[in-house]
Amino acid sequence: MAQIRIENIRKEFGDFTAVQSSSFTVEDGEFFMLLGPSGCGKTTTLRMMAGLELPTSGRIYIDGEEVGQKPASQRDIAFVFQMFALYPHMNVRGNISYPLKSQGMPRAQIKAKVHEVAEVLGITDILDRPVGGLSGGDRQRVALGRAIVRAPKAFLMDEPLGALDAEFREHMSEELRALHDRMGATTVYVTHDQLEAMQMGDKIVVMNHGVVEQFGVPQDIYDWPATKFVAQFIGSPPMNFLEFQGVADEGAQSIQLGDSTHQVPSIREGAKGKLTFGVRPEHVALDDAAPYRGRALATEYLGTTQIVTFETPNGVLKARLPSSERIDHGQITGLRFDPRTVTLFDAESGAALKSEANEKVLSNG
Amino acid sequence: MSAFSVTEPSSRTKWGAGILVVAYALITIVPLLWIIATGFKSPTDSIAYPPKVLFEPTLEGYVNLFTDRTRATQDMLDRAGPPQTWYEVIVRKRGTIITGTSRYGERFLNSVIIGFGSTFLCMVLGTAAAYAFSRFRVPLKDDLLFFILSTRMMPPIAVAIPIFLMFRQLGLSDTHLGMILLYTAVNLSLSVWLLKGFIDEIPIEYEEAALIDGYTRFQAFYKVVLPQAATGIASTAIFCLIFAWNEYAFAVLLTSGTAQTAPPFIPTIIGVAGKDWPAVAAGATLFLVPVMVFTILLRKHLLRGITFGAVRK
Repeated sequence: MAQIRIENIRKEFGDFTAVQSSSFTVEDGEFFMLLGPSGCGKTTTLRMMAGLELPTSGRIYIDGEEVGQKPASQRDIAFVFQMFALYPHMNVRGNISYPLKSQGMPRAQIKAKVHEVAEVLGITDILDRPVGGLSGGDRQRVALGRAIVRAPKAFLMDEPLGALDAEFREHMSEELRALHDRMGATTVYVTHDQLEAMQMGDKIVVMNHGVVEQFGVPQDIYDWPATKFVAQFIGSPPMNFLEFQGVADEGAQSIQLGDSTHQVPSIREGAKGKLTFGVRPEHVALDDAAPYRGRALATEYLGTTQIVTFETPNGVLKARLPSSERIDHGQITGLRFDPRTVTLFDAESGAALKSEANEKVLSNG
Repeated sequence: MSAFSVTEPSSRTKWGAGILVVAYALITIVPLLWIIATGFKSPTDSIAYPPKVLFEPTLEGYVNLFTDRTRATQDMLDRAGPPQTWYEVIVRKRGTIITGTSRYGERFLNSVIIGFGSTFLCMVLGTAAAYAFSRFRVPLKDDLLFFILSTRMMPPIAVAIPIFLMFRQLGLSDTHLGMILLYTAVNLSLSVWLLKGFIDEIPIEYEEAALIDGYTRFQAFYKVVLPQAATGIASTAIFCLIFAWNEYAFAVLLTSGTAQTAPPFIPTIIGVAGKDWPAVAAGATLFLVPVMVFTILLRKHLLRGITFGAVRK
């Protein structure tokens, strides 16, 4: 098992820059998520770790050894493909034993290892079946088997659940996480599904347009997004953005949003001009006494909670409220924001302004 | 009353289609059957009018195909004594005597060497080129592919004269190597294009998986790509072989002795002893066999579907 360190890697395909300059570290034994919308460079980053693409510049270290320009076959990592890529001309046993054959392992030993892995994955009964007729889940297990049989330094997975049916994904993601916990293997997992990333990951890197937007544990990323993109990409519904012209003074504990004053975590980085006031839907509460007013436009009922859309002087805002609260369409009511959770952004650059609350998280990434 | 169905043809359509298929099959297979039948006719039967559909089969055509004969004088017959073998019996009936074996066997062997040799070479070069075009960033890829295809835009025989002169200069005229190279050159464009199509269809993930599993690029190519391209390689090989096997014009022009293939040789059989159509038909019939065997052997590879289901699309 191994630590993987990425330093300033960049990848260009002709005129197109897929990855601009990424740096992050995957610690030994971590379940690490590379999250982002399609085309953000997450898969390219993973493929560079694997050696399927060579970086244009920058370095990749696996266990302290620089491997950036080494071919995949010499990196001792396993890769699970989105489409499984099981060898169609071999049966399940052939597929799982294939990586061992390349090492010239004796037959008896290969047989024992394959059996051991099949036992872990619960596929001993299909070992001699051709891969063509297998169900999606079994194919996924065979692909995992091929990856783990060799006990590689790390597992790299490219949206491994993307090809599965929705109901089966849930089950498979639990199985994957359990497998990881049992083996303690360093795993890098690419996904575009923020929920999957939050559920499974020890750490998350959020990428967009070939740039790492933020890097940290799921809770930090959710609570203290470093950029507007992260705030919007993570969470459903995403963080609310109230745009305003104003001033955020260094050291101030409140800001002026239109006519009303709102408390915010003590500001450490001053700014003025076009700013964005960011607050998550669950941190919005109804308070008739509050001076900030909003008119209810729509409600979505979600069982225990409901999402209510308000029209405010600074744009549309969604609030997650208990289902028990009765709100009529068109009703004008006061809105209060939990002052401990607010993030201010520079509206132009999209970067979060440092405050007492997010300072620690932001200086990490 | 049968319900209207989108997928199930009506019985009238089925009958119509059936008749059409049978008619087409007859049109294509009758000449073939006629050739095969002629091979077993006597020379008289072979030119009888009206044509004979039922006749007494004889192997005379095949005997004539493989032998050289001459009209026998009494002196010769005395010296040879009574016929020893069944084929001598057939020959003596016509008042002729066997003087040696014909060149058909040699020509046939030439066809085998040149046909299979060029097909093999074409597959090796074609697969390698197609793989490179399919997988690597080749500079000017599209132009090169078009250039390769453009060699097929005129009939190859249009360049017969330059090739003839070139071959003479290089000492390739009437050699096996020359004919193998020529047929390979003609077929290569077709095989590169066909094979590129087949290799394009093989998901690149298989090779990447093999690279990850610790194999080199070349191992990934022959252990993972080749088995999956087998279907494509087999069908392309059949096309190449059929062209090389049946090619007539270049063979007439460039070969005369050592490397002459069967197609230019077969018509010359006619001239040996009058209009010996059964011998010609026998030669043509035997000539069909290798291609037929080759096609039948590779037939199971022609059925697609090996990769079905291994990758979800």
